[in-house]
Amino acid sequence: MDEIRKVIRDYVVKEYLEEGDDREIREDTPLITGGIVDSFSMVSLKRFLERKYSIQIPDAEATPQAFDTVNSIAALVTRFTKA
Amino acid sequence: MAYSGKARESYQNELANLRGQGLFKEERYIHAPQGAEIEVEFPTGNPPRKVINMCANNYLGLSSHPEVVAAAHAGLDHRGYGMSSVRFICGTQDIHRELENKLTEFLGTEDTLLFPSCMDANAGVFEAILTEQDVMIADRLVHASIVDGMRLCKAMQDTFKHSDMGHLEEKLAEHQDKRFRMVITDGVFSMDGDIAKLDEIVRLAEKHDAMVFVDDSHASGFIGRTGRGTHEHCGVVGRIDVITTTLGKALGGASGGCVAGRRELVEMCRQRARPYLFSNTVAPVIVSGALKVLDLISATTERRDTLERNTLYWRKLLTDAGFDIKPGESPIVPVMLYNAKLAQDVARDLFAEGIYAVGFFFPVVAKGQARIRTQLSAAHEKRHLDAAIAAFIKVGKKYEILGLGKNQIIEKYGL
Repeated sequence: MDEIRKVIRDYVVKEYLEEGDDREIREDTPLITGGIVDSFSMVSLKRFLERKYSIQIPDAEATPQAFDTVNSIAALVTRFTKA
Repeated sequence: MAYSGKARESYQNELANLRGQGLFKEERYIHAPQGAEIEVEFPTGNPPRKVINMCANNYLGLSSHPEVVAAAHAGLDHRGYGMSSVRFICGTQDIHRELENKLTEFLGTEDTLLFPSCMDANAGVFEAILTEQDVMIADRLVHASIVDGMRLCKAMQDTFKHSDMGHLEEKLAEHQDKRFRMVITDGVFSMDGDIAKLDEIVRLAEKHDAMVFVDDSHASGFIGRTGRGTHEHCGVVGRIDVITTTLGKALGGASGGCVAGRRELVEMCRQRARPYLFSNTVAPVIVSGALKVLDLISATTERRDTLERNTLYWRKLLTDAGFDIKPGESPIVPVMLYNAKLAQDVARDLFAEGIYAVGFFFPVVAKGQARIRTQLSAAHEKRHLDAAIAAFIKVGKKYEILGLGKNQIIEKYGL
Protein backbone atom coordinates (compact mmCIF):
# COMPACT_ATOMS: atom_id res chain seq x y z
CA MET A 1 0.00 0.00 0.00
CA ASP A 2 2.83 2.42 0.88
CA GLU A 3 4.49 1.65 -2.43
CA ILE A 4 1.25 2.39 -4.29
CA ARG A 5 0.86 5.66 -2.41
CA LYS A 6 4.38 6.67 -3.39
CA VAL A 7 3.77 5.84 -7.05
CA ILE A 8 0.56 7.90 -7.07
CA ARG A 9 2.12 10.81 -5.23
CA ASP A 10 5.12 10.93 -7.57
CA TYR A 11 2.86 10.81 -10.61
CA VAL A 12 0.65 13.63 -9.27
CA VAL A 13 3.67 15.86 -8.61
CA LYS A 14 5.17 15.20 -12.04
CA GLU A 15 1.96 15.32 -14.01
CA TYR A 16 -0.05 18.09 -12.38
CA LEU A 17 2.24 20.57 -10.67
CA GLU A 18 3.71 23.27 -12.86
CA GLU A 19 7.40 24.11 -12.65
CA GLY A 20 7.96 26.32 -9.61
CA ASP A 21 4.79 25.10 -7.90
CA ASP A 22 6.10 23.96 -4.54
CA ARG A 23 2.80 22.87 -3.00
CA GLU A 24 3.28 19.81 -0.85
CA ILE A 25 1.25 16.78 -1.88
CA ARG A 26 0.45 14.71 1.18
CA GLU A 27 -1.55 11.53 1.32
CA ASP A 28 -4.68 13.41 2.41
CA THR A 29 -4.21 16.54 0.28
CA PRO A 30 -7.47 17.13 -1.62
CA LEU A 31 -6.46 16.89 -5.26
CA ILE A 32 -9.69 17.53 -7.15
CA THR A 33 -11.60 19.63 -4.63
CA GLY A 34 -8.30 21.42 -3.91
CA GLY A 35 -7.95 22.45 -7.54
CA ILE A 36 -4.71 20.51 -8.18
CA VAL A 37 -6.24 17.96 -10.57
CA ASP A 38 -9.24 18.83 -12.75
CA SER A 39 -11.74 16.22 -13.81
CA PHE A 40 -10.29 16.07 -17.35
CA SER A 41 -6.76 15.58 -16.19
CA MET A 42 -7.91 12.82 -13.85
CA VAL A 43 -8.24 10.61 -16.93
CA SER A 44 -4.49 10.43 -17.40
CA LEU A 45 -4.02 9.31 -13.79
CA LYS A 46 -6.62 6.57 -14.19
CA ARG A 47 -5.00 5.43 -17.42
CA PHE A 48 -1.54 5.47 -15.83
CA LEU A 49 -2.70 3.33 -12.88
CA GLU A 50 -4.54 0.87 -15.10
CA ARG A 51 -1.41 0.32 -17.18
CA LYS A 52 1.00 0.24 -14.26
CA TYR A 53 -1.01 -2.29 -12.24
CA SER A 54 -2.72 -4.11 -15.13
CA ILE A 55 -6.16 -3.37 -13.75
CA GLN A 56 -9.41 -1.99 -15.13
CA ILE A 57 -11.14 0.69 -13.05
CA PRO A 58 -14.74 0.98 -14.30
CA ASP A 59 -15.77 4.56 -15.15
CA ALA A 60 -18.52 4.36 -12.55
CA GLU A 61 -15.90 3.78 -9.86
CA ALA A 62 -13.55 6.50 -11.11
CA THR A 63 -15.45 9.30 -9.40
CA PRO A 64 -13.96 12.64 -8.36
CA GLN A 65 -14.50 11.51 -4.74
CA ALA A 66 -12.55 8.30 -5.27
CA PHE A 67 -9.73 10.25 -6.91
CA ASP A 68 -9.61 13.12 -4.44
CA THR A 69 -6.64 12.05 -2.30
CA VAL A 70 -3.60 9.83 -2.63
CA ASN A 71 -5.12 7.67 0.12
CA SER A 72 -8.49 7.20 -1.60
CA ILE A 73 -6.84 6.47 -4.96
CA ALA A 74 -4.52 3.94 -3.33
CA ALA A 75 -7.52 2.24 -1.72
CA LEU A 76 -9.22 2.01 -5.09
CA VAL A 77 -6.15 0.58 -6.79
CA THR A 78 -5.68 -1.96 -3.99
CA ARG A 79 -9.30 -3.06 -4.29
CA PHE A 80 -9.01 -3.70 -8.01
CA THR A 81 -5.57 -5.28 -7.75
CA LYS A 82 -7.01 -7.86 -5.38
CA ALA A 83 -10.18 -8.34 -7.39
CA MET B 1 -47.09 25.13 -6.77
CA ALA B 2 -43.94 23.47 -7.97
CA TYR B 3 -41.60 26.35 -7.06
CA SER B 4 -41.86 25.70 -3.35
CA GLY B 5 -40.72 27.90 -0.51
CA LYS B 6 -37.99 25.35 0.09
CA ALA B 7 -36.70 25.70 -3.48
CA ARG B 8 -36.79 29.52 -3.30
CA GLU B 9 -34.97 29.53 0.01
CA SER B 10 -32.33 27.15 -1.28
CA TYR B 11 -31.56 29.34 -4.31
CA GLN B 12 -31.61 32.48 -2.18
CA ASN B 13 -29.03 30.90 0.12
CA GLU B 14 -26.86 29.91 -2.82
CA LEU B 15 -26.97 33.45 -4.22
CA ALA B 16 -26.22 34.88 -0.76
CA ASN B 17 -23.18 32.59 -0.59
CA LEU B 18 -21.95 33.92 -3.92
CA ARG B 19 -22.29 37.46 -2.58
CA GLY B 20 -20.56 36.48 0.64
CA GLN B 21 -17.62 35.02 -1.27
CA GLY B 22 -17.34 38.15 -3.45
CA LEU B 23 -18.21 36.10 -6.54
CA PHE B 24 -21.54 37.74 -7.37
CA LYS B 25 -21.53 39.27 -10.83
CA GLU B 26 -23.40 42.49 -11.53
CA GLU B 27 -24.04 44.03 -14.91
CA ARG B 28 -23.27 47.67 -15.56
CA TYR B 29 -25.66 49.46 -17.89
CA ILE B 30 -23.99 51.21 -20.82
CA HIS B 31 -25.92 54.10 -22.36
CA ALA B 32 -23.95 54.32 -25.59
CA PRO B 33 -22.68 52.24 -28.52
CA GLN B 34 -19.51 50.23 -27.80
CA GLY B 35 -16.35 52.31 -28.16
CA ALA B 36 -13.20 53.71 -26.55
CA GLU B 37 -15.36 56.05 -24.48
CA ILE B 38 -18.70 54.89 -23.17
CA GLU B 39 -21.33 56.13 -20.74
CA VAL B 40 -21.85 53.75 -17.87
CA GLU B 41 -24.56 53.70 -15.21
CA PHE B 42 -22.90 52.34 -12.09
CA PRO B 43 -23.93 51.70 -9.44
CA THR B 44 -27.37 51.07 -10.93
CA GLY B 45 -29.60 54.10 -10.55
CA ASN B 46 -26.74 56.62 -10.74
CA PRO B 47 -26.56 58.99 -13.71
CA PRO B 48 -24.36 57.57 -16.51
CA ARG B 49 -20.72 58.75 -16.50
CA LYS B 50 -18.32 58.91 -19.38
CA VAL B 51 -15.41 56.48 -18.90
CA ILE B 52 -12.57 55.13 -21.02
CA ASN B 53 -13.22 51.51 -21.85
CA MET B 54 -10.22 49.27 -21.21
CA CYS B 55 -12.04 45.94 -21.05
CA ALA B 56 -13.85 45.35 -24.35
CA ASN B 57 -12.98 42.69 -26.93
CA ASN B 58 -13.48 45.45 -29.50
CA TYR B 59 -9.89 44.95 -30.67
CA LEU B 60 -10.26 46.54 -34.08
CA GLY B 61 -12.72 49.22 -33.01
CA LEU B 62 -15.29 47.96 -35.52
CA SER B 63 -18.21 47.37 -33.14
CA SER B 64 -19.73 50.75 -33.98
CA HIS B 65 -17.86 51.59 -37.17
CA PRO B 66 -20.10 53.68 -39.46
CA GLU B 67 -19.50 51.47 -42.51
CA VAL B 68 -20.33 48.34 -40.53
CA VAL B 69 -23.47 49.95 -39.12
CA ALA B 70 -24.49 51.09 -42.63
CA ALA B 71 -23.95 47.58 -44.03
CA ALA B 72 -26.02 46.13 -41.21
CA HIS B 73 -28.79 48.63 -42.03
CA ALA B 74 -28.68 47.61 -45.68
CA GLY B 75 -28.84 43.94 -44.69
CA LEU B 76 -31.88 44.65 -42.58
CA ASP B 77 -33.55 46.38 -45.55
CA HIS B 78 -32.69 43.72 -48.12
CA ARG B 79 -32.75 40.45 -46.18
CA GLY B 80 -35.04 41.25 -43.24
CA TYR B 81 -34.74 40.99 -39.48
CA GLY B 82 -35.03 37.27 -38.76
CA MET B 83 -35.27 33.95 -40.54
CA SER B 84 -37.45 32.07 -38.04
CA SER B 85 -35.60 28.87 -38.89
CA VAL B 86 -32.53 26.79 -38.33
CA ARG B 87 -30.07 26.78 -41.21
CA PHE B 88 -31.02 23.50 -42.85
CA ILE B 89 -34.79 24.03 -43.01
CA CYS B 90 -35.28 27.52 -44.43
CA GLY B 91 -32.67 29.61 -42.64
CA THR B 92 -29.83 29.83 -45.15
CA GLN B 93 -29.70 32.95 -47.29
CA ASP B 94 -27.22 33.69 -50.06
CA ILE B 95 -25.37 36.01 -47.68
CA HIS B 96 -24.80 33.22 -45.13
CA ARG B 97 -22.89 31.21 -47.69
CA GLU B 98 -21.15 34.36 -48.95
CA LEU B 99 -19.90 35.05 -45.41
CA GLU B 100 -18.76 31.45 -44.99
CA ASN B 101 -16.80 31.67 -48.23
CA LYS B 102 -15.20 34.95 -47.19
CA LEU B 103 -14.22 33.51 -43.81
CA THR B 104 -12.72 30.49 -45.57
CA GLU B 105 -10.61 32.78 -47.73
CA PHE B 106 -9.65 35.03 -44.81
CA LEU B 107 -8.68 32.19 -42.49
CA GLY B 108 -6.97 30.17 -45.23
CA THR B 109 -8.99 27.01 -44.66
CA GLU B 110 -10.92 24.64 -46.95
CA ASP B 111 -14.44 25.48 -45.75
CA THR B 112 -16.39 27.26 -42.99
CA LEU B 113 -19.72 26.80 -41.20
CA LEU B 114 -21.42 29.57 -39.24
CA PHE B 115 -22.72 28.95 -35.72
CA PRO B 116 -24.85 31.22 -33.50
CA SER B 117 -21.71 31.83 -31.40
CA CYS B 118 -18.20 30.45 -30.94
CA MET B 119 -19.44 29.00 -27.66
CA ASP B 120 -21.87 26.96 -29.79
CA ALA B 121 -19.16 26.08 -32.30
CA ASN B 122 -16.97 24.73 -29.50
CA ALA B 123 -19.90 22.97 -27.87
CA GLY B 124 -20.74 21.13 -31.08
CA VAL B 125 -17.56 20.50 -33.00
CA PHE B 126 -15.90 17.70 -30.99
CA GLU B 127 -18.97 15.52 -30.73
CA ALA B 128 -19.51 15.92 -34.48
CA ILE B 129 -16.08 14.72 -35.55
CA LEU B 130 -14.66 12.46 -32.81
CA THR B 131 -15.83 9.18 -31.27
CA GLU B 132 -14.89 6.90 -28.38
CA GLN B 133 -12.08 5.54 -30.56
CA ASP B 134 -10.30 8.92 -30.44
CA VAL B 135 -8.55 11.14 -27.90
CA MET B 136 -8.67 14.89 -27.31
CA ILE B 137 -5.49 16.34 -25.80
CA ALA B 138 -6.15 19.88 -24.58
CA ASP B 139 -3.95 22.61 -23.15
CA ARG B 140 -4.93 23.00 -19.49
CA LEU B 141 -5.84 26.67 -19.95
CA VAL B 142 -8.29 26.36 -22.86
CA HIS B 143 -11.48 28.40 -22.74
CA ALA B 144 -14.49 27.16 -20.78
CA SER B 145 -16.51 26.63 -23.97
CA ILE B 146 -13.94 24.10 -25.17
CA VAL B 147 -14.12 22.30 -21.85
CA ASP B 148 -17.91 22.09 -22.24
CA GLY B 149 -17.60 20.84 -25.82
CA MET B 150 -15.13 18.15 -24.76
CA ARG B 151 -17.51 17.03 -22.03
CA LEU B 152 -20.19 16.46 -24.66
CA CYS B 153 -17.89 14.27 -26.74
CA LYS B 154 -17.33 10.56 -26.17
CA ALA B 155 -13.65 10.63 -27.12
CA MET B 156 -11.11 10.17 -24.33
CA GLN B 157 -10.14 13.44 -22.66
CA ASP B 158 -6.59 14.25 -21.71
CA THR B 159 -4.65 17.44 -21.07
CA PHE B 160 -1.14 18.81 -21.24
CA LYS B 161 0.49 21.46 -19.07
CA HIS B 162 -0.03 24.96 -20.41
CA SER B 163 2.14 25.46 -23.51
CA ASP B 164 4.46 22.65 -22.37
CA MET B 165 5.57 21.00 -25.60
CA GLY B 166 7.51 18.24 -23.86
CA HIS B 167 4.40 17.21 -21.97
CA LEU B 168 2.30 17.39 -25.14
CA GLU B 169 4.73 15.12 -26.94
CA GLU B 170 4.57 12.58 -24.08
CA LYS B 171 0.78 12.57 -24.40
CA LEU B 172 0.88 12.20 -28.18
CA ALA B 173 3.20 9.22 -27.84
CA GLU B 174 1.08 7.70 -25.08
CA HIS B 175 -2.10 7.79 -27.15
CA GLN B 176 -0.82 6.15 -30.33
CA ASP B 177 -3.31 3.31 -29.81
CA LYS B 178 -6.21 5.63 -30.55
CA ARG B 179 -7.76 6.01 -34.01
CA PHE B 180 -7.35 9.81 -34.12
CA ARG B 181 -5.57 12.23 -31.82
CA MET B 182 -6.62 15.89 -31.69
CA VAL B 183 -4.49 18.56 -30.02
CA ILE B 184 -6.71 21.35 -28.72
CA THR B 185 -5.56 24.85 -27.84
CA ASP B 186 -6.58 28.49 -27.76
CA GLY B 187 -4.66 30.67 -30.22
CA VAL B 188 -4.38 33.56 -27.77
CA PHE B 189 -5.23 32.64 -24.18
CA SER B 190 -7.91 34.97 -22.93
CA MET B 191 -6.73 35.49 -19.37
CA ASP B 192 -2.95 35.76 -19.77
CA GLY B 193 -2.87 37.07 -23.34
CA ASP B 194 -0.07 34.70 -24.31
CA ILE B 195 0.09 33.13 -27.76
CA ALA B 196 0.08 29.36 -28.32
CA LYS B 197 3.25 27.86 -29.79
CA LEU B 198 1.33 26.77 -32.85
CA ASP B 199 4.41 26.15 -34.98
CA GLU B 200 5.71 23.64 -32.43
CA ILE B 201 2.27 22.15 -31.87
CA VAL B 202 1.83 21.59 -35.61
CA ARG B 203 5.30 20.05 -35.87
CA LEU B 204 4.56 17.63 -33.03
CA ALA B 205 1.11 16.86 -34.41
CA GLU B 206 2.54 16.03 -37.82
CA LYS B 207 5.26 13.90 -36.24
CA HIS B 208 2.76 11.93 -34.12
CA ASP B 209 -0.13 11.85 -36.61
CA ALA B 210 -2.54 14.14 -34.81
CA MET B 211 -5.02 16.79 -35.89
CA VAL B 212 -4.79 20.33 -34.52
CA PHE B 213 -7.69 22.42 -33.23
CA VAL B 214 -7.34 26.14 -32.44
CA ASP B 215 -9.89 28.53 -30.96
CA ASP B 216 -8.74 31.84 -32.39
CA SER B 217 -11.45 34.06 -30.90
CA HIS B 218 -8.92 36.42 -29.30
CA ALA B 219 -6.77 36.53 -32.45
CA SER B 220 -8.89 36.56 -35.63
CA GLY B 221 -8.64 39.93 -37.34
CA PHE B 222 -5.46 41.22 -35.72
CA ILE B 223 -2.84 38.60 -34.77
CA GLY B 224 -0.39 37.89 -37.61
CA ARG B 225 0.98 40.30 -40.18
CA THR B 226 -2.34 40.62 -42.00
CA GLY B 227 -4.55 39.73 -39.03
CA ARG B 228 -5.46 36.20 -40.14
CA GLY B 229 -4.78 34.86 -36.69
CA THR B 230 -2.37 32.83 -34.62
CA HIS B 231 -1.66 30.44 -37.48
CA GLU B 232 -0.41 33.35 -39.57
CA HIS B 233 1.66 34.67 -36.65
CA CYS B 234 3.29 31.22 -36.27
CA GLY B 235 3.69 30.53 -40.00
CA VAL B 236 1.35 27.53 -40.16
CA VAL B 237 -1.51 28.76 -42.36
CA GLY B 238 -3.15 25.80 -44.09
CA ARG B 239 -1.81 23.32 -41.52
CA ILE B 240 -4.50 23.75 -38.85
CA ASP B 241 -7.29 21.19 -39.20
CA VAL B 242 -10.00 23.03 -37.25
CA ILE B 243 -10.20 26.72 -36.38
CA THR B 244 -13.12 28.02 -34.38
CA THR B 245 -13.55 31.74 -33.99
CA THR B 246 -16.07 34.43 -33.18
CA LEU B 247 -17.67 37.38 -34.90
CA GLY B 248 -18.33 38.72 -31.41
CA LYS B 249 -14.94 40.28 -30.71
CA ALA B 250 -12.67 41.93 -33.29
CA LEU B 251 -14.85 41.00 -36.28
CA GLY B 252 -17.63 43.47 -35.53
CA GLY B 253 -18.44 42.33 -32.02
CA ALA B 254 -22.12 41.50 -32.55
CA SER B 255 -22.45 37.73 -32.25
CA GLY B 256 -21.94 34.56 -34.25
CA GLY B 257 -19.06 32.17 -34.60
CA CYS B 258 -17.79 29.51 -36.94
CA VAL B 259 -15.98 26.25 -37.47
CA ALA B 260 -13.44 26.55 -40.28
CA GLY B 261 -11.04 23.87 -41.45
CA ARG B 262 -10.78 20.67 -43.44
CA ARG B 263 -13.70 20.27 -45.84
CA GLU B 264 -14.87 16.92 -44.45
CA LEU B 265 -14.68 18.08 -40.83
CA VAL B 266 -16.76 21.16 -41.59
CA GLU B 267 -19.25 18.99 -43.46
CA MET B 268 -19.47 16.63 -40.47
CA CYS B 269 -20.42 19.68 -38.37
CA ARG B 270 -23.12 20.60 -40.89
CA GLN B 271 -24.50 17.07 -40.58
CA ARG B 272 -24.04 16.45 -36.87
CA ALA B 273 -23.21 19.48 -34.71
CA ARG B 274 -26.19 19.94 -32.45
CA PRO B 275 -25.88 23.71 -31.80
CA TYR B 276 -25.86 24.17 -35.59
CA LEU B 277 -28.74 21.78 -36.19
CA PHE B 278 -31.02 22.90 -33.39
CA SER B 279 -30.36 26.60 -33.04
CA ASN B 280 -31.53 29.54 -35.11
CA THR B 281 -29.56 30.85 -38.04
CA VAL B 282 -27.34 33.92 -37.56
CA ALA B 283 -29.53 36.98 -38.20
CA PRO B 284 -29.17 38.61 -41.64
CA VAL B 285 -28.30 41.96 -40.11
CA ILE B 286 -25.26 40.42 -38.38
CA VAL B 287 -24.18 38.53 -41.48
CA SER B 288 -24.34 41.76 -43.50
CA GLY B 289 -22.27 43.64 -40.91
CA ALA B 290 -19.69 40.85 -40.75
CA LEU B 291 -19.31 40.82 -44.54
CA LYS B 292 -18.41 44.50 -44.38
CA VAL B 293 -15.95 43.84 -41.55
CA LEU B 294 -14.12 41.28 -43.68
CA ASP B 295 -14.04 43.71 -46.62
CA LEU B 296 -12.56 46.42 -44.41
CA ILE B 297 -9.84 44.30 -42.83
CA SER B 298 -8.97 42.51 -46.08
CA ALA B 299 -8.44 45.84 -47.87
CA THR B 300 -5.94 47.25 -45.38
CA THR B 301 -4.05 46.24 -42.25
CA GLU B 302 -4.35 49.79 -40.91
CA ARG B 303 -6.57 48.88 -37.98
CA ARG B 304 -4.53 45.92 -36.75
CA ASP B 305 -1.40 48.05 -37.15
CA THR B 306 -2.95 50.75 -34.96
CA LEU B 307 -3.89 48.09 -32.42
CA GLU B 308 -0.32 46.81 -32.43
CA ARG B 309 1.06 50.31 -31.84
CA ASN B 310 -1.46 50.90 -29.04
CA THR B 311 -0.51 47.59 -27.45
CA LEU B 312 3.22 48.40 -27.49
CA TYR B 313 2.55 51.88 -26.14
CA TRP B 314 0.26 50.67 -23.34
CA ARG B 315 2.61 47.87 -22.30
CA LYS B 316 5.47 50.41 -22.13
CA LEU B 317 3.40 52.89 -20.11
CA LEU B 318 2.48 50.24 -17.54
CA THR B 319 6.02 48.87 -17.33
CA ASP B 320 7.58 52.32 -16.98
CA ALA B 321 5.08 53.16 -14.24
CA GLY B 322 6.19 50.10 -12.29
CA PHE B 323 3.22 47.79 -12.71
CA ASP B 324 3.74 44.03 -12.78
CA ILE B 325 2.28 42.95 -16.14
CA LYS B 326 2.21 39.62 -17.95
CA PRO B 327 4.72 39.93 -20.77
CA GLY B 328 3.58 39.25 -24.33
CA GLU B 329 2.57 40.70 -27.65
CA SER B 330 -1.21 40.47 -27.62
CA PRO B 331 -3.59 43.33 -26.81
CA ILE B 332 -4.66 41.46 -23.68
CA VAL B 333 -2.49 43.02 -20.98
CA PRO B 334 -3.05 41.67 -17.47
CA VAL B 335 -1.92 43.89 -14.61
CA MET B 336 -1.04 41.40 -11.89
CA LEU B 337 -2.26 42.05 -8.34
CA TYR B 338 -2.45 38.41 -7.05
CA ASN B 339 -4.85 39.28 -4.19
CA ALA B 340 -8.58 39.09 -5.10
CA LYS B 341 -9.69 41.93 -2.84
CA LEU B 342 -6.90 44.18 -4.07
CA ALA B 343 -8.00 43.50 -7.67
CA GLN B 344 -11.58 44.46 -6.81
CA ASP B 345 -10.50 47.59 -4.91
CA VAL B 346 -8.21 48.75 -7.70
CA ALA B 347 -10.93 48.21 -10.33
CA ARG B 348 -13.41 50.19 -8.22
CA ASP B 349 -10.97 53.08 -7.74
CA LEU B 350 -10.08 53.10 -11.43
CA PHE B 351 -13.76 53.45 -12.26
CA ALA B 352 -13.98 56.41 -9.91
CA GLU B 353 -11.10 57.88 -11.93
CA GLY B 354 -12.97 57.36 -15.20
CA ILE B 355 -11.36 54.09 -16.31
CA TYR B 356 -13.46 50.99 -16.92
CA ALA B 357 -11.34 47.89 -16.27
CA VAL B 358 -12.39 44.72 -14.52
CA GLY B 359 -10.75 42.65 -11.79
CA PHE B 360 -10.49 38.90 -12.41
CA PHE B 361 -9.94 36.41 -9.62
CA PHE B 362 -10.70 32.80 -8.67
CA PRO B 363 -12.50 30.87 -10.13
CA VAL B 364 -12.03 32.77 -13.42
CA VAL B 365 -8.25 32.60 -12.92
CA ALA B 366 -6.26 30.36 -10.57
CA LYS B 367 -6.13 31.20 -6.87
CA GLY B 368 -3.46 33.80 -6.12
CA GLN B 369 -3.48 35.03 -9.72
CA ALA B 370 -5.93 37.95 -9.38
CA ARG B 371 -5.43 40.73 -11.86
CA ILE B 372 -6.93 43.64 -13.76
CA ARG B 373 -7.22 42.53 -17.37
CA THR B 374 -6.78 45.48 -19.71
CA GLN B 375 -7.53 45.16 -23.40
CA LEU B 376 -6.48 47.46 -26.17
CA SER B 377 -8.50 48.59 -29.16
CA ALA B 378 -7.68 50.26 -32.44
CA ALA B 379 -10.37 52.74 -31.36
CA HIS B 380 -8.14 53.96 -28.53
CA GLU B 381 -6.31 57.17 -29.23
CA LYS B 382 -3.10 58.23 -27.50
CA ARG B 383 -5.06 60.60 -25.28
CA HIS B 384 -7.18 57.69 -23.99
CA LEU B 385 -4.14 55.68 -23.02
CA ASP B 386 -2.41 58.70 -21.48
CA ALA B 387 -5.50 59.39 -19.37
CA ALA B 388 -5.75 55.72 -18.44
CA ILE B 389 -2.14 55.49 -17.28
CA ALA B 390 -2.53 58.66 -15.18
CA ALA B 391 -5.45 56.99 -13.39
CA PHE B 392 -3.55 53.69 -13.01
CA ILE B 393 -0.58 55.53 -11.51
CA LYS B 394 -2.81 57.46 -9.09
CA VAL B 395 -4.50 54.27 -7.90
CA GLY B 396 -1.20 52.36 -7.90
CA LYS B 397 0.32 55.00 -5.60
CA LYS B 398 -2.67 54.78 -3.27
CA TYR B 399 -2.09 51.06 -2.80
CA GLU B 400 1.70 51.46 -2.88
CA ILE B 401 2.21 48.75 -5.48
CA LEU B 402 4.24 50.63 -8.08
CA GLY B 403 7.64 49.04 -8.57
CA LEU B 404 6.67 45.95 -6.62
CA GLY B 405 7.10 42.46 -8.03
CA LYS B 406 4.98 39.40 -7.39
CA ASN B 407 6.49 38.42 -4.06
CA GLN B 408 6.43 41.95 -2.71
CA ILE B 409 2.75 42.44 -3.62
CA ILE B 410 1.89 39.09 -2.03
CA GLU B 411 3.93 40.01 1.05
CA LYS B 412 2.01 43.28 1.34
CA TYR B 413 -1.51 42.05 0.62
CA GLY B 414 -1.42 38.27 0.99
CA LEU B 415 -3.01 35.83 -1.43
